[in-house]
Amino acid sequence: MSDRPEIMHEPRGAQDFGVVEKELTVFERLFNMVWLRKCILLVLIAVIWEVYGRHLDNQLLVPTFSDTVTALWGGIKSGVLLDRSWTSVKVLLIGFSTGVFLAAVLTILAITTQVGTDFLETVTAMFSPLPAIALLPLALIWFGLGIGSLIFVMVHSVLWPLALNTHAGFRAVSPTLRMVGRNYGLSGLGLVLRILIPAAFPSILAGLKIGWAFAWRTLIAAELVFGVASGKGGLGWYIFESKNQLDIPEVFAGLLTIIMIGLLVENVIFRTLENKTVRRWGMQT
Amino acid sequence: MGSALEQTLPPPLLDVRGVTLQYKTREHLVTATYRVDFAVQRSDRFILLGPSGCGKSTLLKAVGGYMAPVEGEIHLKGQKITRPGPDRMMVFQEFDQLLPWKTVRQNVAFALETSGKLRGKAADDKAMQYIEKVHLTRFADSYPHMLSGGMKQRVAIARGMAMEPDILLMDEPFAALDALTRQRMQDELLGLWEETKFTVLFVTHSIAEAVKIGNRILLLSPHPGQVKAEMNSVPAGADPALAAALEARIHDMLFADKVEEDEHV
Repeated sequence: MSDRPEIMHEPRGAQDFGVVEKELTVFERLFNMVWLRKCILLVLIAVIWEVYGRHLDNQLLVPTFSDTVTALWGGIKSGVLLDRSWTSVKVLLIGFSTGVFLAAVLTILAITTQVGTDFLETVTAMFSPLPAIALLPLALIWFGLGIGSLIFVMVHSVLWPLALNTHAGFRAVSPTLRMVGRNYGLSGLGLVLRILIPAAFPSILAGLKIGWAFAWRTLIAAELVFGVASGKGGLGWYIFESKNQLDIPEVFAGLLTIIMIGLLVENVIFRTLENKTVRRWGMQT
Repeated sequence: MGSALEQTLPPPLLDVRGVTLQYKTREHLVTATYRVDFAVQRSDRFILLGPSGCGKSTLLKAVGGYMAPVEGEIHLKGQKITRPGPDRMMVFQEFDQLLPWKTVRQNVAFALETSGKLRGKAADDKAMQYIEKVHLTRFADSYPHMLSGGMKQRVAIARGMAMEPDILLMDEPFAALDALTRQRMQDELLGLWEETKFTVLFVTHSIAEAVKIGNRILLLSPHPGQVKAEMNSVPAGADPALAAALEARIHDMLFADKVEEDEHV
């Protein structure tokens, strides 16, 4: 039909090109490291803080970075800060695990029965907008001035976001995977444990992270409000006490500890869990 | 079909008698199939063929035990089917049928262990044996997200076959693959059948695939699905002209109504 010529080419050898593959320079490679960039930023913030603190020269308002670090070190050395942190973390673990357990019960009920679904949807819609701290006065009346009240408000802060996320995760599991599970003869709790929970794990993990963050904030706030729980105060109490004695560097040291524990859990524990599970399985990038 | 001929056949492995299937959508009650009869013999490559909307996938789900017929009965080896079970392994069209949190070998072994067929080392050995059959030994420890679509379907087939079910149920397993991969997978499936002579019930909407894969083809008409014909396919390695002729014949049967409509226009 047409008289257009056919065109053929031989690919050229690689030696003809300028660059096929070349290592980046040392600086380029350093700049590509996220943690290094963040560390530099942190150092910068510390320097600005130090300069501003010295310029202000008022320890009662803003102590310098070095004073805060000294207070932090002193607190760690004397064991007070570690002791207070441990008290907080212990309460947190009890509250968090209770919340996780209750969330598991609620969502399993919700996924197996229609009544359970309706119940879960109604109560999460009702309670999730309610800040845990708002329940503290009630908790004090019901459980008294002690660990019971703390756990009550923490369960409240963990339970709803975790249940909501887990339930959403369960519902998003593809019908094909459910059918595969039933094909193996699984049903009821077996199907939930062996198919639904791993398949919904990205959502569950997200729920755990949110729940943890809520619980940690709630705990510190609750401790600040009513301080000593069963004779031994936590980090919130440490801050409150230091403020009353006008030891402002200690207040800052307490805040720094809260940040560090938060970062540790977020970036070490949850990150490791993520890398070992959902990232490895390609369910989250 | 004479009754004398039927009497010479052994009792069927899978017997579908007068099966009417209905399912509910949000607004409608839909009849998917109406009084469908067919019988699958051991080592059959039995094809359910029809245009979309003929209820062939629904029919396969009913054989799988995922839904109960409103009329009629389905028997496997004389037992009435009431629920899903590992004696009827499904291979789905979707690539997400593998458990993403398990490696290829774990996926196959998990099926064996969960259904209580084999445990531990025995399950792992059996899994590897079938993974080798589908040429995926090198990828045994890869997670599904690292595999291509064709490889995922091969794992699903290995998983189905490793369970050594009475019948393998395949729901358009190659429909989501590219044309070249699909052809290779069809050849591989036939190769596997030559080795083990398993029984398979295979759903497809491709006439060419039906003629190539099947030894017996059930033609269904749409809305609701009713049996239009049950015919023998051409044997493998037969004259391509025979296959082409059969394809043309099936094509005419499936689209006869439509052609008439066209002619009236």
